[in-house]
Amino acid sequence: MSQPSVSKSMTIGESGLAAVFAVTAFLCVIAAAKAVDAPFAFHASLGAVASLAAVFAIINRYLNRPAALPPQEINGQPNYNLGPIKFASFMAMFWGIAGFTVGLLIASQLAWPWLNFDLPWTNFGRMRPLHTSAVIFAFGGNVLLATSLYVVQKTCRARLAGELAPWFVVLGYNFFIVIAGTGYLLGVTQGKEYAEPEWYSDLWLTIVWVMYLLVFLVTVIKRKEPHIYVANWFFFAFIVTIAVLHLGNNPTLPVSFFGSKSYIVWGGVQDAMVQWWYGHNAVGFFLTAGFLAIMYYFVPKRAERPVYSYRLSIVHFWALIFLYIWAGPHHLHYTALPDWTQTLGMTFSIMLWMPSWGGMINGLMTLSGAWDKLRTDPVLRMLVVSVAFYGMSTFEGPMMSIKVVNSLSHYTDWTIGHVHSGALGWVGFVSFGALYCLVPWAWNRKGLYSLKLVNWHFWIATLGIVLYISAMWVSGILQGLMWRAYTSLGFLEYSFIETVEAMHPFYIIRAAGGALFLIGALIMAYNLWMTVRVGEAEVQAPVALQPAE
Amino acid sequence: MSVWTRHYILEKNSILLIVAIIVVVAIGGLVEIAPLFYLKSTIEAVDGVRPYTPLELAGRNVYVREGCYLCHSQMVRPLRDEVERYGHYSLAAESMYDHPFQWGSKRTGPDLARVGGKYSDSWHVTHLVNPRAIVPQSVMPGYPFLAKADVDSAAIASHMKTLRTIGVPYTEDQIANAAADMKAQVDPDGKSADAFGKRYAKAVVRDFDGQPGAPTEMDALVAYLQMLGTLVDFKLYNEKANLR
Repeated sequence: MSQPSVSKSMTIGESGLAAVFAVTAFLCVIAAAKAVDAPFAFHASLGAVASLAAVFAIINRYLNRPAALPPQEINGQPNYNLGPIKFASFMAMFWGIAGFTVGLLIASQLAWPWLNFDLPWTNFGRMRPLHTSAVIFAFGGNVLLATSLYVVQKTCRARLAGELAPWFVVLGYNFFIVIAGTGYLLGVTQGKEYAEPEWYSDLWLTIVWVMYLLVFLVTVIKRKEPHIYVANWFFFAFIVTIAVLHLGNNPTLPVSFFGSKSYIVWGGVQDAMVQWWYGHNAVGFFLTAGFLAIMYYFVPKRAERPVYSYRLSIVHFWALIFLYIWAGPHHLHYTALPDWTQTLGMTFSIMLWMPSWGGMINGLMTLSGAWDKLRTDPVLRMLVVSVAFYGMSTFEGPMMSIKVVNSLSHYTDWTIGHVHSGALGWVGFVSFGALYCLVPWAWNRKGLYSLKLVNWHFWIATLGIVLYISAMWVSGILQGLMWRAYTSLGFLEYSFIETVEAMHPFYIIRAAGGALFLIGALIMAYNLWMTVRVGEAEVQAPVALQPAE
Repeated sequence: MSVWTRHYILEKNSILLIVAIIVVVAIGGLVEIAPLFYLKSTIEAVDGVRPYTPLELAGRNVYVREGCYLCHSQMVRPLRDEVERYGHYSLAAESMYDHPFQWGSKRTGPDLARVGGKYSDSWHVTHLVNPRAIVPQSVMPGYPFLAKADVDSAAIASHMKTLRTIGVPYTEDQIANAAADMKAQVDPDGKSADAFGKRYAKAVVRDFDGQPGAPTEMDALVAYLQMLGTLVDFKLYNEKANLR
């Protein structure tokens, strides 16, 4: 007779997911065999290998796990699921360094064009989407995955929904990044900015994203707190709206179901409007709403102060998400888009200034009574400076959306400078701050390996940002003015190439700024690595829980 | 019950919260995008705009694949300096068959909306192979590999069929002759040049890359660049006629 024990059997999730991946592997092999172009065959093969690996991993995990699934609570405390969070944190740091490196490369290509090497897969046109996707979707996306899955558990006092589902989300998302990134290098692109991945990557991302929403939503539904915390409203807005934008901007018809090329159903002026509705709100909901959620959890947590104003956060939330969605047409001023749409876009962009600053004030004033910590805690300083950069670029943005300003700034480096003051200053710093908090928490360490290194990271990266954005301001305004300069006889004063030549010194300064930012990130990676490897484990003390606001 | 306590309803009900978010974010997009599909004034009525020839379409796909739109716009704004530098401001009709649109957002290089006919074919070929051979200060990458790659003329008909499904008015005749038309456009002395010319008004037939034989990606890209902005005759265009 066998010992009395809980009989071990595969859950429906385990057997179902293993079966789905087995079928997917089979379909991928067929797709690879029938592929009409080489990149598609390569991606189908990657899909087959990844699916088989998933089947193996699921079965292996089943064989090695105890009969009972992990409990929801241990001694009345939620049994938080930290594995997927650790993975996403690691990938965030990895993709961050990869993305910053490619950014430095393409910045250098503009200063020294021989760095394009005249090869298909190293030219600027293919590397630039690799840079933008790597920093926004790979680095930013993994930061959002790690923080959202952590914050939702902590603020709901509940274990993540599902056992395999969170792993499916983080691994599936990173597989999407690999497919998209290798695709760019091989020339697979839809030709729409920030929406370059082709139809099959888009389909895969849709599946992963729906699962992400489900994991997040079900965790919120089984919460032990009566209220949903404000950070989770922002995470919800981010997840739901990105799904809407992704579906709206990517309806394509593939030329062949065994080939990579597809054509977007929208054309011309409508495609332009849909694209910038998507493009601007990728900024609004991916790079803003998602990272504001990080601000609303990590700033109060690190400062050990409650959020400044609960009412301001309600106004901030609804006003921000309502107004943001209108702002897209400011990317299309003076184009063939109808005037009424441009004017609407401009008007709402200017209004957007208010909720943006409302959010900034809510974040900064959370420091009330704790401002002294800025002197001693470089991580908090990073978080606070990120909010200051947020305020700066959300003032600059509405200003640039005014049509007369835009007539000068559009098509120039000023736009690039504006994006990077937001991307490096706001998104970058708030992500770094969050990871500096999250890594010791997730790996159960007393603290970071070295606060001194955080300080170095902060100053080197800040110097890099200042060099970057001031170089781009000067070059952008200079180029805009040169384009419209007339001689006293009424002729255009400069040929186009003279304006290109004038950019050269600023491109070198910009590349230097990017290099400093990258060096900062390398210091950070070392610091986090040492925190995990040699950091002292924290003694588990009973946590005094505070009610969520 | 104050407004603030009413908000508790959303804070305590995740499904309601999600529904409210979707409603709030849907409004702006619907108001700005939906009318563009039915307001007639969105795209002006213009003579001359036609779908791309098979070779131009293949060239456009090279343009998209290499990410040219990341440094070159195709949108001349109605500002004095731009009209004098590049030509007549761009019309919505001129990109009505563009899937995707390639208006661009950055001018690291000049606008290309009206580049067609400005330079010779051999200027373009030399410039694409090594930009600094012609413009020493240029920061553009070189694309020597385009001259060595043949375009896939067998596949182009299926591309045109896909585009027809989503609204580009290719005729049966154009699709049936797609592969032959692609070769005909680089062979001015060939027998089918006349028939090709009838199928695509104003299409230029030339050996774009200067190399005999099957059309290369260089042929295709130069053919595309040379037709950009040339379809509408602005001597005949009456902008007042489109004020509705």
